[in-house]
Amino acid sequence: MTQTQEQPLTSGAPSTSAGATVQLDQLVRTYGQVRALDGFSLQIAAGEFVALLGPSGCGKTTALRTLAGFERPDSGRVIVDGVDLSNVSAQKRDMGMVFQSYSLFPNMNALNNVAFGLRMRKQSGHQRRQKAGELLDLVGLSDQASKYPHQMSGGQQQRVALARALAIEPRVLLLDEPLSALDAKVRAELRDQIRSLQQRLAITTVFVTHDQEEALSMADRVCVMSRGRIEQVDVPSVLYARPTTAFVAQFVGVSSRVPVVLAGQEIELFGQKFPVRTGDVSALSGPVDALIRPEEVAVEVDPAASGFVTHKSFFGATTRLIVQLGDVAVRVDVRSDIAADIELGTRVRPAFVARDVLVAPRLADAAPPSE
Amino acid sequence: MASVNQEIAFLELADPHSKEGVPARASGPRRRWRIRWWRGAVLLLAGLYFLLPLFAGLKFALENIAGKFSFQALQNLPSSPGFSSAFWLSFRLALVTVVISSALMIPTAIYVHLKLPRMRRAMDVVTVLPIVIPPIILILGVEGSAPLTLKSSPYLLSLLYVILAMPFVYRSLDAGLSAIDLKTLTEASRSLGGNWFRTMRSVILPNLRASLLSATVLTLALVFGEYTMASLDNWTTIPVWIVQFNDATDGHIQVAASMMGLVGTWVLLTALIFTFDRSQSRRAQRKTGLL
Repeated sequence: MTQTQEQPLTSGAPSTSAGATVQLDQLVRTYGQVRALDGFSLQIAAGEFVALLGPSGCGKTTALRTLAGFERPDSGRVIVDGVDLSNVSAQKRDMGMVFQSYSLFPNMNALNNVAFGLRMRKQSGHQRRQKAGELLDLVGLSDQASKYPHQMSGGQQQRVALARALAIEPRVLLLDEPLSALDAKVRAELRDQIRSLQQRLAITTVFVTHDQEEALSMADRVCVMSRGRIEQVDVPSVLYARPTTAFVAQFVGVSSRVPVVLAGQEIELFGQKFPVRTGDVSALSGPVDALIRPEEVAVEVDPAASGFVTHKSFFGATTRLIVQLGDVAVRVDVRSDIAADIELGTRVRPAFVARDVLVAPRLADAAPPSE
Repeated sequence: MASVNQEIAFLELADPHSKEGVPARASGPRRRWRIRWWRGAVLLLAGLYFLLPLFAGLKFALENIAGKFSFQALQNLPSSPGFSSAFWLSFRLALVTVVISSALMIPTAIYVHLKLPRMRRAMDVVTVLPIVIPPIILILGVEGSAPLTLKSSPYLLSLLYVILAMPFVYRSLDAGLSAIDLKTLTEASRSLGGNWFRTMRSVILPNLRASLLSATVLTLALVFGEYTMASLDNWTTIPVWIVQFNDATDGHIQVAASMMGLVGTWVLLTALIFTFDRSQSRRAQRKTGLL
């Protein structure tokens, strides 16, 4: 058993100051020719957990660092609890931050790392020790108080870093990909622990990640970013089921692009007509791509059908098939017990089973699915 | 890793039992033994290269005029005319040099690492210049242009020693700063409320202690060994005293002084590391409540 496994949370959780409201207003930040933030605006309610999700270089870390005070925006404002903090230095913003790389101070043991912020706030030695002990207890590491960072595992270090960030009772907790350096098992455990602590302490939290599974499973709302702008902000279930842009549909979850023709508000897909989903449809007409989730398609074995199975990937409860329909490859998720009878090359007929379809401008050279 | 692989490849190619055209792979234990032998030989040669002159110096310092083993030179050293004042002057110059050098180079190196990482290569070049410029040029130039008050003070030498020590001090600090995630540690400290002074004192400097110690010892060694500038500036530091001291011991006392300087530097370094480690450990234990 590793020492990084989830341990029951103790009841002695320290009180944090009530979560603060955050408003990022029209932030612009450029690096040379690159606009890392391009009029980025986001409102976060008190106690809310918001994940900033996007590919590398989309500006999510810049947004977080601007909120933390490590980056100065070229224009725009950072407002916390109604107060403009745009010109306030990082050390005076009262925001706890957990970094991607292990950021514990190597010259201090776990207890002193957690107590560091309290020392900066000139709390007495007794108060510091007591509170740091409570925080270590909270993250299940009270027995590691005297250990130095190099004596702890990565998961333990990140839990100490979390305790250190929480010790100062921050108005906002900032998490900059804190799980990305951890192995899968520890990552899943720490993910649950962070969410559990955040809910329990009701602390406003901004979490940066490029891992959609992390974002969807942890956050109250997910903000999908691309090229310094927000593509969509929504609760995870809506974001997944009702993406409003092609980028979100492609980035969150898996979608297949199927060329169709848009006539009015309808398209014909696999021989049937379906209404298109609301979104940027008004500007579209004629040849477009339908974006289809694997679970929105069902298949029926039919030796006379034109489609045939080219790949099978076992995911446990479901198996993903790739069905080749002429030049188009469509991903389909089927129950694994059903998929067991479908061999590669089997002729199948796909059917769209959702009530409407998201469409996007036609991509001339859409990449084929890789599974 | 690459060098080990090359070493193995070399050993395999050199194997006389290899089949024609195909280098034979030596069996595991045999190959390991060969590598160990090769490494041991290199280590021995390098050790001899460095230790033999030291041994010769030490042997000479521990001999009397008759060539017999004796502590006479070491015993006579403190009472030798001019030694105490030369040692005291060198010590003061070393202290001032270390202080000025640290005050200039620590913030500079940290600033370059944090804010101007692209300047690191340029800094590498700039800081190596004092090695390229001969000390005699430096001292003659300074003597020609320095104000009189400074020229009449021995501490002019300290200012010049700061320049001479710059390559060693900067490289020590650069290596130390490269070994830590300076940006993240600094940001972590600031996000927790630490200002720049507290961040430097509590986070950065404690993690640079090996580099600082190394820079300090190198500076001490440089000051205690520099002859040209001190001689041309007419100050009798230890190296100048060693050259100028003339007695009937046929150089035994001078070599004893050199060896004392060398051994003293080692002892100082060891003592500093030991003291620092102990105080760090005890402070940590006290704060944790374990002591």
